[in-house]
Amino acid sequence: MAKLVFLGRLEDLAGGPEREVAPGPLEAVLATLPVELAVALLGDRVRIARNGELITERGGIVLAEGDEIAFLPPVSGG
Amino acid sequence: MAADVRLLADPFDPAAKLAAFTAAHPAAGGVVSFLGQVRSGEGVEALELRHYPPLTLPGMTALGQAVLARWALDGLLILHRHGQMTPGDPIVLVAAAARHRRDAFAAADFAMDHLKSDSWFWKRERRGGEWRWIEPRDQDHADLARWG
Repeated sequence: MAKLVFLGRLEDLAGGPEREVAPGPLEAVLATLPVELAVALLGDRVRIARNGELITERGGIVLAEGDEIAFLPPVSGG
Repeated sequence: MAADVRLLADPFDPAAKLAAFTAAHPAAGGVVSFLGQVRSGEGVEALELRHYPPLTLPGMTALGQAVLARWALDGLLILHRHGQMTPGDPIVLVAAAARHRRDAFAAADFAMDHLKSDSWFWKRERRGGEWRWIEPRDQDHADLARWG
């Protein structure tokens, strides 16, 4: 399995801080989620980290077994 | 000289931390510190800062290195809480020790602006028993833009 991690308000939309998903193309994974959540995860201002590294090109991501994909909305820090 | 950068899960005593930092840098002619605390009033019962471990502390450490590269400092302290806090609790302590005060003021100011708007924290507040996520403030981004 792979893991999706939701930070900030995305956690509320997702109903929890993380979710186990089957590996595969990210688009296919997102298609299994509630539409409102999938749309929020794809928002322009949401950054994505794969296994702790920020990625700049979100097209063509394929989740491998054990991958962790984090969705990071705009920060509202300290 | 490395910055002392820590992400703390538990409450800390800012006066004790600052005293220890100051004592460790006797050659510094000046120490500038900033303490951020949970404000009381406005109905806020609690504040929670969430972080993402793979990014948050590494980002703070990189910030510390950037500050040291930019100003001539004898020492730099960055302490930041995560987790749940209540009004009056310290959130963040930044202290910069330098031979000359202007470097210390600027370094602490720069570090705070970047902690507020360019570090991996997400904040929510509890009012009337309900948690609400706080959106970024435009002012924070304007503060950040000052540094170019």
